[in-house]
Amino acid sequence: MSKPKLALYWASSCGGCEIAVLSLHEKILDVAAAFDIVFWPCVMDFKYADVEAMEDGEIDVCLFNGAIRNDENAHLAHLLRKKSKVLVAFGACAFGGSMPGLANFADREQIFDFVYKESPSTVNPDGVVPQKISNVDEGELTLPTFWNTVKTLAQVVPVDYYLPGCPPEASSIEIAVNAIVTGQLPPPGSVIGPEVTVCDECSRTKSEKKIKRFYRPQEIIPNDEECLLEQGLFCAGIATRAGCGALCPSVGMGCRGCYGPNEGVIDHGAKLLTGIASVLDANTPEEVDAILDTLPDPAGYFYRFHLPDSLLRRKARKNGQKLIESAAEPA
Amino acid sequence: MSDNGTFKPVIVGFLCNWCSYRAADLAGTSRMGYPSTLRDIRIMCTGRLDPTFVLRALQKGADGVLIMGCHPGQCHYQEGNYKAIRRFALLRRTLRQMGIEDERVQLHWASAAEGVRFAETVARVTKEITALGPLDWTHNIPNEDPYAEEEAHV
Repeated sequence: MSKPKLALYWASSCGGCEIAVLSLHEKILDVAAAFDIVFWPCVMDFKYADVEAMEDGEIDVCLFNGAIRNDENAHLAHLLRKKSKVLVAFGACAFGGSMPGLANFADREQIFDFVYKESPSTVNPDGVVPQKISNVDEGELTLPTFWNTVKTLAQVVPVDYYLPGCPPEASSIEIAVNAIVTGQLPPPGSVIGPEVTVCDECSRTKSEKKIKRFYRPQEIIPNDEECLLEQGLFCAGIATRAGCGALCPSVGMGCRGCYGPNEGVIDHGAKLLTGIASVLDANTPEEVDAILDTLPDPAGYFYRFHLPDSLLRRKARKNGQKLIESAAEPA
Repeated sequence: MSDNGTFKPVIVGFLCNWCSYRAADLAGTSRMGYPSTLRDIRIMCTGRLDPTFVLRALQKGADGVLIMGCHPGQCHYQEGNYKAIRRFALLRRTLRQMGIEDERVQLHWASAAEGVRFAETVARVTKEITALGPLDWTHNIPNEDPYAEEEAHV
C-alpha cells in the first residue's frame, strides 16, 4: 500500500514553522516513514507546476503555514486546497494572521512608503522602488500584487484543522501528526490543542491580581515565584490557549499570546482586554488612565497574533473607497 | 440612512437592567422625545459587557455604541460598573488604535429616576455620531483575492 501524501507550504511567514517541524528531531524520521512528502519548497526542490499537475485531492494532508497577504499566497492557498484532502492551518500566521497580520494596522501605501522611502535605515536617493512588471533581457518579470489587508488561511479557503503556536511546539505537532497517522482526528474545523489557558500550565503562584502600574520587560527583573501579571508584567496567559507548557512565563517573560484564543472565543483581543482590565487597581477614570499610561500600544498587545482573525480585522482606512480604487493599479 | 437621504446613525445601546434600562422606560412613559437612533439591548449590569459585544456591533454595521449603567457607587451588584470603567478605558484606547473615534463608543450613567438625563444623553451622542458620519466598517475590507470564487468563507 502506498504511503499517504504530505505537503508543506509557507505563505507569508518567517520560516519558523518549518524549523518547528524539524524540531521534532528523530521523530521527523517517523513522519518521513509514514508519509510520502510530495511538496515542501523550503527543503526540497518542487515547482508549483508539479502541484498543478496533481489530481484534485491527491495530497492527503497539507500543513499550510503563513498568512495570506498577496496574490501568490492566495494562488497557493486555493491550489493546495483543491489538491488536498485535509488542509491544516499550521501555526499562528495561517490561523490568525500573526506578525504579518500586524500590517493591518497600516495599509499598502503606508507600508510601501515606509519601507522604500521613509525608514531611518533606507538609503534610496534615486527613489528606486519595485515595479509590478519589469522588462529584462530574458523577458517580462512580474511581482505578485500586495494586498491592503492581510487575511488568514480560513478567510481565503475552507480549513479542516488549526494548529496554533508561533511556532507550534514539537509536542503539539506530535499530537497532530499522531492524530492524522492513526486517523483519530477531532471533528473538522477543530483547533488541535487543549481547552484550558496558559495559566493552567504555568507553575507560578497566583493570588489576587491588583496592580498600580505596568512594567515593560526591560524595566524590572521579575521574581521566579509569583504570577508575572501580579508583578506588573503584561502576560497574555489569562486568555490564551494552553499547549506550549507555559514556556515564556517559566523564564520570566509574559505570555505573548501565540496559541491564540481558547475554545469558544470569538475575538482573542477582546478577551485579553477584559482580563487585563480586571487587574487594574483603580476605581475612577483618572486612576485607570494613569495606570494605562504605563501600557503603551494596547491594541498591539491584544491583537499581536490574531488581528486579521479578529472581529474588526484591521485599522479603519480613511477614504476607504478611494484607496480601494487605487489598489487596483500597480504601486 | 433615512428616507430623505440624510444620515441617521444606528447606535447600539447596552443598558443595565437596574438603572439605565429603567431610565429609558421612564423617558418613554413620560413621553420625552429623543432621537430614534438607539437600538437598546438590556444587559444585567455594565460589568457584564464583554468588549466582544461592542466590536461585533461595529463590525456588523453600527455607527456607534452607547453603554449606560448605574452611577458609580450605586451598582446593584456593588462593583459591576467599576469593572465597566476599567474595561471601557482600555477598550477606548484600543479602538483609537483601530482608527475609531472616541465619540462612537461612549459610557454614561443614568439612574432609574433619570429619564431626562437618559433622553439628553441619547440626543447628544446621536448628534456627535451624526457629525462623524457613517462608520461602515465592511468598506475597510474589500475583496482583494483574484482567485476567490465567492466572498470569504468566515
